[in-house]
Amino acid sequence: MVTPLISMLGITKRFPGVIANNKINLELYPGEIHALLGENGSGKSTLMSILTGLYQPTEGKILVEGKETQFSSPADAIKNGIGMVHQHFKLIESFTVAENIALSDTHGSFKLDTAQIEADIAELSSYYGLKIDPHAHVWQLGVSEKQRVEILRMLYHKSKVLILDEPTAVLTPQETRELFINLRKMADNGCAVVFISHKLNEVEELADRITVLRSGVVSGHMTKEEINRASLIKMMVGRELNTNYDRKESHTGDVVLKLEKISALGDMHTLALDNVSFKIRAGEIYGIAGVSGNGQRELAEVIAGMRLAMGGKMYFGGDDFTNKTPREKIEAGISYVPEDRLGTGLAPNLSSVDNIILKEYNGRFAEGWRIKWQAAVSAAKHTVEEFDIKQGSIYQPVKMMSGGNIQKLLLGREIAAKPKLMVVLYPVRGLDIGAIEAVHKLLLKLKEQNTAILLVSEELEEIAALADRVGVMFAGKLMGEFAVQDMDIEKIGALMAGVTEDGGEGK
Amino acid sequence: MKVVLEKRLGESVKAQIGLPVASALMALVFCGVFFALTGKDPLMVYDSMFSGALGNDYGLSETIVKMIPLALCALGIAVAFRMQIWNIGAEGQFYMGACAATWVPLNFPDLPAVIMLPAMFLLGALAGGLWGLLAGWFKTRWLVNELISTLMMNYIAILWVDYLVYGDWRDPNGLNFPLTAAFPDAAMLPSFGDLRVHAGIFVVLIAAAVFTVLFKSSKWGYETKVIGSNPVAARYAGMNIPRNVLLAMFISGAVCGLAGMVEVSGIVGKLQHGISPGYGYTAIIIAWLARLNPPAIILVSFLFAVIHVGGFMLQTMGISAAAATMLQGAVLFFVVGTEIFTGYKLRIVKGGADNE
Repeated sequence: MVTPLISMLGITKRFPGVIANNKINLELYPGEIHALLGENGSGKSTLMSILTGLYQPTEGKILVEGKETQFSSPADAIKNGIGMVHQHFKLIESFTVAENIALSDTHGSFKLDTAQIEADIAELSSYYGLKIDPHAHVWQLGVSEKQRVEILRMLYHKSKVLILDEPTAVLTPQETRELFINLRKMADNGCAVVFISHKLNEVEELADRITVLRSGVVSGHMTKEEINRASLIKMMVGRELNTNYDRKESHTGDVVLKLEKISALGDMHTLALDNVSFKIRAGEIYGIAGVSGNGQRELAEVIAGMRLAMGGKMYFGGDDFTNKTPREKIEAGISYVPEDRLGTGLAPNLSSVDNIILKEYNGRFAEGWRIKWQAAVSAAKHTVEEFDIKQGSIYQPVKMMSGGNIQKLLLGREIAAKPKLMVVLYPVRGLDIGAIEAVHKLLLKLKEQNTAILLVSEELEEIAALADRVGVMFAGKLMGEFAVQDMDIEKIGALMAGVTEDGGEGK
Repeated sequence: MKVVLEKRLGESVKAQIGLPVASALMALVFCGVFFALTGKDPLMVYDSMFSGALGNDYGLSETIVKMIPLALCALGIAVAFRMQIWNIGAEGQFYMGACAATWVPLNFPDLPAVIMLPAMFLLGALAGGLWGLLAGWFKTRWLVNELISTLMMNYIAILWVDYLVYGDWRDPNGLNFPLTAAFPDAAMLPSFGDLRVHAGIFVVLIAAAVFTVLFKSSKWGYETKVIGSNPVAARYAGMNIPRNVLLAMFISGAVCGLAGMVEVSGIVGKLQHGISPGYGYTAIIIAWLARLNPPAIILVSFLFAVIHVGGFMLQTMGISAAAATMLQGAVLFFVVGTEIFTGYKLRIVKGGADNE
């Protein structure tokens, strides 16, 4: 019998008030691709943080090739051949690819032999077909290239256990296919690949074995032969997922938002939005599909007034709103639910009361120079009740709430302002299934109240379930526009990757 | 049995009040060891310190006199710090305020008090405010780090006052000492009876009351709180950050400038070299220890004034006044050291294993 590369036995991790992992057993064998499936908050990240030495388990032990080993730091994990590609890449943007790969080199010779490192990288990258220029600076790379750097880094450190946290979230379907081929190659070379995901189709396609976590415990195992989607979902959520919402047929009204050839620069002062034009009517949900990082955030920021348009016009309710200030846009009824909820949409250290009045402290909640705190407190209580937000107290810092409740608070605030237009980015990213349903229903209700909604999402299923029309974005361009009935996954997938069949007009 | 450090789930009021008190006590014990080593009875030392600073009208008056500039500067600093703008230029703004206030009696010695004092107030606040505003403008216009600019501008302000008191403004009858002519009575803030404590205490109390209300209930207080907490969210909410930076630096500087005016008009009665023995720097520690809370600032500045005045009393016992500085340092050391317990608590776990 083969010894597992890694055995995690009876791993329990307690945080004050929570058991993140409860007596989890996990064995990883050489040559296998092992999918770790589970909703957010099910304990996947905690378990992997223990395996990579970031956390110490409260109970339980880790065996490396049969020998009990203590990881007191990430360096120990790397020495024992465990590597991980995090969802948010751990790269230094201003360093070159080679420098980033050498960064976590634990062999510790004093001199940095750049030429040798570059040669090693070149060899590895040609062996695995991971094309990359070792001299390139990381900030010059696209997302999928950055991921390649992370993977090369693990291979360079001769990791035997390769952990990838939601690696396909940032990839196009084509890039995903390429990644899967490479992962299989690594497994065939004797590595154990751990693939963390919540995309069932990918797991079905790739995994040899599946371990499902739910609320900190292992809720089921499956091998490739036994895979069955319905029972996987049941293991994950304890019930079945409903995306068939009861949608009232849209009776769309006047044009609320009209963009005409909007262009804008991104944070790196490169062109992030390239002549984007579309319109949204009252009571309509316009979905933007695309791999994140293709100009969606910039588009939302231009509409919300947080980024200057370099060219083009934005009309709101017929009036020219190009490059008006955020305040003017808020007051006109434009609401923006950013992807980075705690970083942009809320002040994490302040209370729910403070956050509820963030957009309207100068309007509804103001009386001369004063803030009407009583009104603020009752508005906060009202929102908490109406949207069923679970928290200790409305005076607690909002960062202490769970992701789903944070999103409900943010959406609750924006909805309470009765917006005419809502721009909402990745509204369910990181939420569990119960919260996803709640958020989707809120958006549909808002649509019924005649709000125009711009929904940016990377989940085609979400767009199909909610939107009336869909635009596809790639590299800052709107590649095509469809009514939702005409959505064709293959065609949209190609557009998301920037491939147009007929010379790329598409509008 | 072992002791584990555990994150607190909520904010503990008990810890927020108890920890500073415990830190102060630990500082007293810590410094007591040094006194004991030099052969003094620590209890005697503390007794004479505290009775000296608090035990009679004279001591109390001196303590409040010290507290006034410390509290005003700390209030000014708190305005900027709440927005995470690190104005460490209170010292320079204090000098500029003192200097501009002095300009009035030097040039118009015959003005009646009803015009003289308001003019001095106004100019003192304006000069300090503009000195702060300048650093704020550098920050908003060219992203100059205010930590550096305000610090550097302190030296400019101090040397500018030196330039004046060693030069054009020096009292011709002053035996060449670096000080201006004494102010006329109309330029002096009234004081209480024979004591040195003066009407500046009202300025402190009013300023603290005004800022308490503004921080808590005003739109401006809310804006500064949000900007300090998350500037991205502030921009998202439509707040004008550059304007707020400028305003906060102006108000912060103006209050520190007012402290300078109150000092020359309430106590010194002239402008001189070294008009502040570092009030603007001590005030940074005070503002921080008081967590930028105005009533707490009054309390902490009073404590620091007690230590300072008490330190002078120690000299009569043959102990260096540096003992006061040591005690101040020890208080800070222990407060910083116990800071972690506001977010974490100790839990004793019996029998090695973690029980639920």
